[in-house]
Amino acid sequence: MPWHRKHFLTIEDLSRAEIEQVLATAGAFRRILDRKVKKVPALRGKTIVNLFLEPSTRTRISFEMAAKLLSADTISFDAASSSTTKGETLRDTAQNIQALNADMIVLRHSASGSPLYLSRVLGIPVVNAGDGAHEHPTQALLDVFTMREKLGSLKGRKVVILGDILFSRVARSNIHALTKLGADVTIVGPSTLVPHWFEALGVKVSHNLRSALGDADVVMLLRIQHERQAAGHFPSVGEYTGMFGLNKTRAEWIKPDAIIMHPGPINRGVEIDSDLADSPRSVILQQVTNGIAVRMAVLYLCAGGQPEHVTTPLE
Amino acid sequence: MSDTLWIKNGRVIDPASKRDKVGEVLIADGKIVASFTAAQKKSAKVIDAKGLVVCPGLVDIHVHFREPGQTHKENILTGSQAAAAGGFTTVVCMPNTSPVADNAGTIELINNAARKAAVHVYPTGCITVGMKGQQLAPHGSLKKAGVVAITDDGLCVESNQLMRNAVEYAKMFDLPVLDHCQDESLTKGAVMNEGTVSTRLGLKGWPHAAEDIIVARNIILSAYSGAHIHMQHISSAMSVELVRRAKRDGINVTAEATPHHIALTEESLGTYDTNFKMNPPLRTEKDRKAIIAGLRDGALDCIGTDHAPHAPDEKDKEFDYAPNGITGLETALPVCLDVLVKQNKFKLPFVIDLMTRKAANLLKLPAGTLAPGASADVCIFDPNETWLYDAKKGFSKSLNSPWSGQKLTGRVKTTIVAGRIVFQGGKIVM
Repeated sequence: MPWHRKHFLTIEDLSRAEIEQVLATAGAFRRILDRKVKKVPALRGKTIVNLFLEPSTRTRISFEMAAKLLSADTISFDAASSSTTKGETLRDTAQNIQALNADMIVLRHSASGSPLYLSRVLGIPVVNAGDGAHEHPTQALLDVFTMREKLGSLKGRKVVILGDILFSRVARSNIHALTKLGADVTIVGPSTLVPHWFEALGVKVSHNLRSALGDADVVMLLRIQHERQAAGHFPSVGEYTGMFGLNKTRAEWIKPDAIIMHPGPINRGVEIDSDLADSPRSVILQQVTNGIAVRMAVLYLCAGGQPEHVTTPLE
Repeated sequence: MSDTLWIKNGRVIDPASKRDKVGEVLIADGKIVASFTAAQKKSAKVIDAKGLVVCPGLVDIHVHFREPGQTHKENILTGSQAAAAGGFTTVVCMPNTSPVADNAGTIELINNAARKAAVHVYPTGCITVGMKGQQLAPHGSLKKAGVVAITDDGLCVESNQLMRNAVEYAKMFDLPVLDHCQDESLTKGAVMNEGTVSTRLGLKGWPHAAEDIIVARNIILSAYSGAHIHMQHISSAMSVELVRRAKRDGINVTAEATPHHIALTEESLGTYDTNFKMNPPLRTEKDRKAIIAGLRDGALDCIGTDHAPHAPDEKDKEFDYAPNGITGLETALPVCLDVLVKQNKFKLPFVIDLMTRKAANLLKLPAGTLAPGASADVCIFDPNETWLYDAKKGFSKSLNSPWSGQKLTGRVKTTIVAGRIVFQGGKIVM
């Protein structure tokens, strides 16, 4: 099946087969990342602009790394240095970038739905690097890629996502990816951050950490942000850690072969004990490495590459 | 200049005088008359309304004409032309202009522009100075200047103490208080209904509880003070039920519904189309049905469009950043005919009543009837004509309609204001 999507906006839009295609393509790139020479010529001559209108370190560097390994030229800029601070609209900023001959835009934006908006305005591909609380599709794909690396098929596997679900684009994209791949997803955390509305997305909602962790194959933690405390979503970081933080005692409730994940940046001692983050069960840094391969796959496919044509490294 | 007009052969529907049959409507010297003199009969211009409905000009107690200060979106003239094209002959403007209409001078400015408008335009004044919710605006001077009600529409009067004083003070001048019911503390940053769709789209939700709490507050204040409080654009099922119970208890509250809240739900927001973004937001199918039921049993009193024009470049933004509001005057009648008459089997005269006499009576406006002696404000429409609505070909300065590009059934053919034809054959004639 040829890849036909120009833009990469959400996981919700993708079929299971499309997810498999991206993962397979990412697999090919992942193997290349283990070689001595990692660079491939696939996007030579293309320019990719990372338009990051919300602060990000990991995702931006990961996209830049992915583009460079594909031999594309990259330009990255963030909100502080851009003309958006002078009141230029997103449409104008993006159209200018297109007029500067960019071949693709990778967009990070605090407003949900903005990548879809941009895809209607531009003629070049738009890749979503996280939009508001909506989706972070490449993050979810690197997460399921990592899970499959460790666990094999996800069908029937139990995944617990723990933390601030309400404001999390990572949670939403993972929920779509995991349910499409047949996993059972339970979201856990304080009722104010894990509202019942999520049941409509095909997941279980729980506020009981012990019972949720009991048969989990994957425990995915999400960052707890201090702003949520200020907005009254929970009483204090201390109370959160006391009720929902993953510590050594609670880690014993989890099956020994289960893996612990986190999209980063982690708050050591808040949502996760420092030792657990560094333990062999943690795959946090493998997620980061796999992220490059997944983003290479996404950039490659959106630029018109086909899964079966992944090229060999530049020797 | 008013004409002598002889409207013949139309189905004349005038709920105020319990009239619904094929007949004629006679207009002379700007008024509806029972009969013509021989001379009038000879000189009268005949309008053949065969196959058409002839009813009182529609009345909308909730429009934003953006004058003064935001006339790139709309002005009183263009807004009034959009009204005439939609069959409306009387409209009530909200005071959230720039500057806001919280003093007699601004009202005078609006009234001056209104004199050149295509339809009757009545102003409202603010409840509080600057619409800031801190200090009462001079309701007495506003009344003298000609406002028909006071409201901080767009914003809710948050303080219970100030709202209590406002309704008690305004009651002295027989001024109804129109409230935009929204508990701000529950809706910070909210851009759509809170529920499964907002969860899926990752947009900040506006829980209906925020409306219900203020509706309940207003009911309590009305019961306590006896003042008339009108709830604007009710969007939630629970609010409909609260108003229904309050009316059963004899409390002096009224409420309106918009065409969009009876026609659309949050499901329309799937593609982040900002032409579906308004405040209060589109809600669920359950809410939509409850609002229709409320119109049916009288829990809700009338239709108000909340015509809220915004310039294309203002709406062409990320969903979070686009302003709230959609236009409504040119589509209200066909939308109400479709939703209420066709889909929900309301009787046509009842729907016309909701859009004419009932709306006018709420604010004691001299409009909404074809009884002899009344101002000759008439709407003539074809209930069966299907047409393509294109906002670009409309009369509002703005294009922000969720119905643009859609086929609508029911089309206004002629609008007459004070005996003068202002809209006919798809054109403004004035």
